[in-house]
Amino acid sequence: MAIRRKLIASLTALVSFVLSGVVQATADLNMRPGVTETSQEAYDLHMMVVWVMTGIAVVVFGLMFYSIIAHRKSNNPKPATWSHSTKVEIVWTAIPFIILIFLTIPAIKLLIKMEDASDPDISIQVTGSQWKWHYKYLDHNVEFYSNLKTPQQEANFDLEKATSNANYLLEVDKELVIPVNKKVRFLVTADDVIHSWWVPELGVKKDAIPGFINETWTSVPKPGTYRGQCTELCGKWHGFMPVVVRAVPQAEFDAWIAQKNDERVAAEKAAAEAAAKSWDLDKLMTLGEEVYNAKCAACHKVDGSGTPPLFPALKGSEIATKAERMDEHIGIVVNGKTGTAMAAFGSQLTDAELAAVITYERNAWGNETGDVVQPADIQAFKAGNQ
Amino acid sequence: MSTENQEKYEKYYVPEQSPWPIIGAIGLFLLAYGGANFIQQTTGKYNNDGSMGWIIFSVGLAVIIYMMWSWWRDTIRESMNGLYSAQMDRSFRQGMLWFISSEVMFFAAFFGALLYARQLIVPWLGGEGNNAMTHALLYPDFIPQWPLTTTPAGETTTAMGAFGLPAINTAILLTSSWTLTIAHHALKDGNRSALLNYTAITALLGIIFLGLQAYEYYEAYHHMGLTLGSGIYGSTFFMLTGFHGFHVTIGTIFLIVMSVRCASGHFTKENHFAYEAGAWYWHFVDVVWLFLFIFVYIV
Amino acid sequence: MADHHPTGIKRWLFTTNHKDIGSMYLWFSFIMFLIGGAMAMVIRAELYQPGLQFVEPNFFNSMTTMHGLIMVFGAVMPSMVGLANWLIPMQIGAPDMALPRMNNWSFWILPFAFTLLLSSLFMDGGAPNFGWTFYAPLSTTYGPPSTDFFILGVHMMGISSIMGAINVIVTVFNMRAPGMTLMKMPLFVWTWVITAFLLIMVMPVLAGAVTMMLTDRHFGTDFFNAAGGGDPVMFQHIFWFFGHPEVYIMILPAFGVASEIIAAFARKKLFGYSSMVYATASIALLSFIVWAHHMFTVGMPIAGELFFMIATMLIAVPTGVKVFNWVATMWQGSMTFETPMLFSIAFVILFTIGGFSGVMLAMAPVDFQYHDTYFVVAHFHYVLFPGAIFGTTAAVYYWLPKWTGKMYNEKLGKIHFWWSMIAVNLTFFPMHFSGLAGMPRRIPDYNMMFAAFNQLASIGAFALGLSQLFFLFIIIKAIRSGKKAEDKPWEGATGLEWDALPCPAPYHTFDTPPQVK
Ligand code: HEA
Ligand code: HEA
Ligand code: HEC
Ligand code: CUA
Ligand SMILES: [Cu+2]
Repeated sequence: MAIRRKLIASLTALVSFVLSGVVQATADLNMRPGVTETSQEAYDLHMMVVWVMTGIAVVVFGLMFYSIIAHRKSNNPKPATWSHSTKVEIVWTAIPFIILIFLTIPAIKLLIKMEDASDPDISIQVTGSQWKWHYKYLDHNVEFYSNLKTPQQEANFDLEKATSNANYLLEVDKELVIPVNKKVRFLVTADDVIHSWWVPELGVKKDAIPGFINETWTSVPKPGTYRGQCTELCGKWHGFMPVVVRAVPQAEFDAWIAQKNDERVAAEKAAAEAAAKSWDLDKLMTLGEEVYNAKCAACHKVDGSGTPPLFPALKGSEIATKAERMDEHIGIVVNGKTGTAMAAFGSQLTDAELAAVITYERNAWGNETGDVVQPADIQAFKAGNQ
Repeated sequence: MSTENQEKYEKYYVPEQSPWPIIGAIGLFLLAYGGANFIQQTTGKYNNDGSMGWIIFSVGLAVIIYMMWSWWRDTIRESMNGLYSAQMDRSFRQGMLWFISSEVMFFAAFFGALLYARQLIVPWLGGEGNNAMTHALLYPDFIPQWPLTTTPAGETTTAMGAFGLPAINTAILLTSSWTLTIAHHALKDGNRSALLNYTAITALLGIIFLGLQAYEYYEAYHHMGLTLGSGIYGSTFFMLTGFHGFHVTIGTIFLIVMSVRCASGHFTKENHFAYEAGAWYWHFVDVVWLFLFIFVYIV
Repeated sequence: MADHHPTGIKRWLFTTNHKDIGSMYLWFSFIMFLIGGAMAMVIRAELYQPGLQFVEPNFFNSMTTMHGLIMVFGAVMPSMVGLANWLIPMQIGAPDMALPRMNNWSFWILPFAFTLLLSSLFMDGGAPNFGWTFYAPLSTTYGPPSTDFFILGVHMMGISSIMGAINVIVTVFNMRAPGMTLMKMPLFVWTWVITAFLLIMVMPVLAGAVTMMLTDRHFGTDFFNAAGGGDPVMFQHIFWFFGHPEVYIMILPAFGVASEIIAAFARKKLFGYSSMVYATASIALLSFIVWAHHMFTVGMPIAGELFFMIATMLIAVPTGVKVFNWVATMWQGSMTFETPMLFSIAFVILFTIGGFSGVMLAMAPVDFQYHDTYFVVAHFHYVLFPGAIFGTTAAVYYWLPKWTGKMYNEKLGKIHFWWSMIAVNLTFFPMHFSGLAGMPRRIPDYNMMFAAFNQLASIGAFALGLSQLFFLFIIIKAIRSGKKAEDKPWEGATGLEWDALPCPAPYHTFDTPPQVK
C-alpha cells in the first residue's frame, strides 16, 4: 500500500512537471495563431484538441504506468484470471465517441466558414507554375509573376546565405499586395503540375490543380507582410517557391494599383520602343545573359548544360546552333512545349528580352553561331503565328 | 470426426520443391524491364535506342509461357497421380475465388474512373458544384455532356452506339455462359460428348466475340475518330473494353486448353477443379461485360 | 520423425517450405530496411543545416520518394508477410501454407521488383522524384523516364502481395487443425486474415492507378488531364483508396504481435479477445471510407470534406478499444520486462501518440495548417517506426528462439531497446514542432527558423540508424553463438507454436494434426 501511495505521488509530480514544461515551451514550439479570424479559430481548435489529447494521454498512460509498476511480477506474483467485461468495454467505446462528437462540432462550424468564399470584395487569380506564382487582379488590369528573390541557381544556397538572412527562401521579387479588412477571394490554379498556395498566418492553404480553379478567401485585419511557401511537391525547385503577401490599407492599395497601371503603360511603351530599334550583338548578349540567368537557368543551368534528359542541354543543342532551326528555337521559347516543363515565355518576356535571350543562347557557351535575333524577328514570328 | 480429419492430413501433400516459381519471377522481371524499354521506344517519348526492349520483352514472355506450361504440367501430373487430397482441392478453389475477387477490384478501379469522370469531372468542368469559376475562366465554351464528344481542349470524336455490334456481342457472351453451364452439368453427369461439344462451342463463341470486338475497334479508329486519345470518353472506353477483351482472350485460351484436357479424359465427376476454375473465370468475364454494356455503351 | 531438409542453394531457390520462405522474407525486408534507412540518412544529412550541402534538389526528391517506397513496400510489408509465413501455419496447426509453390513465387518476385525499382537510381534523368504518392501530372507528363520502370515494378510488387494475401486467407480458412475454431485463433492470425482481405481489395486498385499513369504517359489517354475531360485529383482519389487501407495493412499485424506478447509477459489471458477481433474488423471496414482525409486541400465540395472528416475520426473508437484492452491485459497481471515486452509497451505508447496526431490531422479546418508539413511526417513516422517497425522488432525477439533454437543476449536486447526508444523520439518528436512552425515536407533546404529542430532530428536519426545496425549484430550473434533455447523460453507464452512444438521448430511441423481443445 505504501508503495502504491508513493507511486501515485511521484507520478502526479512527474505529470505536472511535464505539463508546466509544455506550457512554457508552447510559446515558440507551437502553431502560430496568425492574424485572421479563421487562422485564429483554427489555432484555438488546434489548442483544444492538443489539450484533449494530452488529457487522454495522461489517463491512459497513467493507468498503464501504474500497472507497470504495481503489477510487475515482483509486486504481484499471481496474475488475475479474468479476461473479459462487457460493461467496461461498452464504457470505453462510448467515452471516446462522446469526446469525438465534442471535437467535431466546432470543426464543422469552422470548416463551413472557411469554405465560404462568396461575396468577395476583390478577386485575384493565383496560378502556380514551375516554380513561380502568377497573380492576376481580376478587378484591375494588373498581373505579374512572383519569383524567389535569389534566382534559382545552384551554388547559391549555402549555410552562410541562410544564416545571414532572416527571410532566407521566403523572399520574392514582387509581393502580392492586398487591402486590409476586405474579403479577398483567391482563385487558385496551376499551369503545369499541382502546387499549393499556403500562407500560415492567414490560415489559407489551397492546392493549385492544373485545369481546375479552387476558391479560397481571406480578410486580413492588420497591415503587414505574411510569408509562406508552396506546399505540394512540384518538382526540382519545390522548396524554392515562396508566397509573400503584403496587406496594406485601402488607400495605399489604390495607390499601388495606380502605380502598377502606370508601370504597365510605361513598360508597354518601352517595350515597343525597344522592339522598334535594332540591337547590336553585345547589347543583346548582356540583356540575354541577365534574362537567361533569371528565367532559364533553373532548368537549363547557368552553363547551358541542363540535366538531360529532363531538361535538355542548350549548349550544343541543334535547335540553338543550326541556322535552319532558328524558327523552332524562337517557337519553343515563345510558345513553350505543352506537356513538358518548358513554359511559354511569349507573354512573360518582352519582345526585346525574347530576342536577347535567344541570341544569348545561340552565342554563349561555345554555341558561336554569330546569329543575331532582333525584336522585329520575334514580332514577325508572333504575327506569322496568329 | 477426428479420425476422419487425421486421414485427410495423412493424405496431405506438401508439393515437392519446384523451380518454376523462381523462373516465373525471372520471367516477370524480363517482361517488366523489356516492357518498359519497349514502350519507351515505340512511343518515342524518350530516346533509348539500342536497349533491345522488345527482344527482352519477348524472351520474358517466352519464359512465362514456358513456366506456366511446365508448372501446370507438374500440377496435372500430380493430380492425375492422386496425390491431392480433398483439402488441397479446396485450397485451389478458394485460391481461385480470391484471385477472381482481386480481378474484380482491378476492374473496379476503371469503372470508378468512368463513373467519377461522368458524374463529377464533366459537370465540374461545366461549372457545377464549387466549380463555377473553373468554367467561367478556363472553359467558357465547354458544354458538359456524356458521352463527351468534345473535350475542353476542343478535340472531337463520335460515341460508340450500343445497339449494333455491342448488343450482338452481349448476346454472344450470354449464350456462351449458357453453353458453358450445360457443359459443366454434362461433366458432373459424366456425359463426355456433351461436355466436349459444349466446351468447344463456348470457346468458339469467345473467338467470335473477340473477332467482332476487333472489328469494332477498327471501325472506331478508322471511321469514327474514336481513339485512346479522344479525351476521357476514349480513354475509359478503350481501357475498359480493352482489358475486358484481354480477359476474354485469356478465358478463351483457358477453355481451349480445357477442351483438350476433356478430350484426353483428364477430368472425373468428382475431380475437375481446373475445369471449374475456367468456368468461374468465364462467368466473371461475362458479368464484367454486362456492367460494361450498361455503363459504357447504354447509359 | 525424420526432419530432413534439402540442402544447398536449391533449398532456397526452389523451396516450398513456409519456414524457409518466412526467413527469406524477413531477411529481404531487413536489407530493404537498411537501404531505405540509408536514404533517410541522406535526407537527414542534407537537412542537418539550412543551405544545400550534399545533394542537389532533384536527387533529394528521389531520395524522399525512394525512401518512402522502399520502406513501405520493401521493408514493412514483406516483414509482415515473413512473420505470417513463419507463424500462421504453426499457430493454427497446419503443416504448411495452403499453396506452397505460389508462396515461393510471391517471395521471389520481390527481389526482382526491387532490382527494377533500384536500377532507376542509375538511369538518365534519375530515379522517381515525385514522392511515394506519385501524384499526377508530376509523375505522368513530367515524370523522368525511369517512371515506366517504377510503374512495372509496382505491378510486380502488387502481384506478389495479392498472391501472398490469397495464400494467407486460404491457409486460415482451409488448413486449421481440428478444434481450432475461428474464435480460438491467436490474435496475430486474425489481424493477418483481415490484413489479407485489405490487400486483395486495394492492391488491384493500385495496379489500376499505375496502369492509367502508364497510358497517360505513353498512349494519349486523358485520365488525369483536365483538357481531355480528366482530373489530376481523380488520381489522388484512386491512389488513396489504396493508400489509406495500406497504412492499416502495415499496422494491423503489428497489433496482433503486441496482443500476443503483452498477454504472454503479463502472464494473463488477453483481455477482451472477441472485442479485439471486432475492433480490428471495424478498423478495416472504416478504412475504406476515409481515404480523402489526405486531400482536404484539393478543393473537394464541402459535403465530401465533412463526410471524410467524421468518418476518419470514428476510427479512433475501435483503435481506442484495442489500446484499452492492452492496458487491461496488463492490469493485475504479473509482468516481467524482457526485450519483446519492452518493445511492445513502447509500441502501444508511441503508436497512440501517433494516433493522437492522426485525430488532429483528421480535423479538416486545422489540417489546412498541418497538411504537407513536417507535422504529417511526424505523425506517420510515429505510427510507422515505433508502430510497425517496433512491432516487428518485438516479434523477432519473441519468436527468435522458436525460429532458431537460440536465445538472444538479454542485456544487449535491453540496450538496443533503450537506444532505439530514445533515438526514435529524438528523431521524430521535433518534427511536430518544425511542422507546426510551418516547415513544408519534401524540401531540401529551409529557413533558419526551423534549424534547431532539424538539427535535433538529424542527430536522432543517425543514432537511430546505428541502433538498427546494432540490432543486426545482436541477431547474428544470437544465431551464431546464442545460448540454446529451452522449449518454452517464455513462462507466459501460450499457443500451439509454444505448446505443441519444440525450439527450434522442426523443418516440417504437424504431419498429423494437433488436437485443439
Ligand atoms: C501505420 C500507419 C498509419 C496509421 C495506423 C495511421 C492512423 C491514422 N491516421 Fe495517418 N497517415 C499515415 C500512416 C498511418 N496513419 C501516413 C503514412 C500518412 C501520410 C501519407 C503521405 O501523405 O505521405 C498519414 C496521414 C494522415 C492524414 C493526412 C494528413 C495530411 O496529409 O494532411 C490524416 C488525416 O486525417 C491521418 C489520420 C489518421 C488517423 C485518424 C489515424 C487513426 O487510425 C489513429 C487512431 C488511433 C488513436 C486515436 C490512438 C488510440 C486511441 C485512444 C487511446 C482512444 C481515445 C482517443 C480519442 C477519443 C481521440 N493520417
Ligand atoms: C515504415 C516506413 C518508414 C520508416 C521505417 C522510416 C524511417 C525513417 N524515416 Fe521516413 N518516410 C516514410 C516511411 C518511413 N520512414 C514515408 C512513407 C515517407 C514519405 C515519403 C514522401 O514524402 O514521399 C518518409 C519521409 C521521411 C522524411 C521526409 C522527407 C521529406 O519530406 O523530404 C524524413 C525526414 O527526416 C524521414 C526520415 C526518416 C528517418 C530518419 C528514418 C529512420 O528511422 C531510419 C533509420 C535508419 C536505418 C534503418 C538505417 C540504418 C543503416 C545505416 C546507418 C547504413 C547502412 C548502410 C547501407 C545499407 C549501405 N522520412
Ligand atoms: C521549368 C523548367 C524550364 C525553364 C524555366 C525553361 N525551360 Fe527551356 N526547356 C525545358 C524543358 C523540359 C525542355 C524540353 C522540352 C521537350 O521535351 O522538347 C526545354 C527545351 C528548351 C529548348 C529546346 C532545346 C532542345 O534542344 O530541344 C530551348 C531552346 C529552351 N528550352 C529555351 C529556354 C529559354 C530561353 C528559357 C528561359 C526564358 C527556358 N528554356 C526556360 C524546361 C525549362
Ligand atoms: Cu510549387 Cu511546390
Ligand atoms: Cu489515411
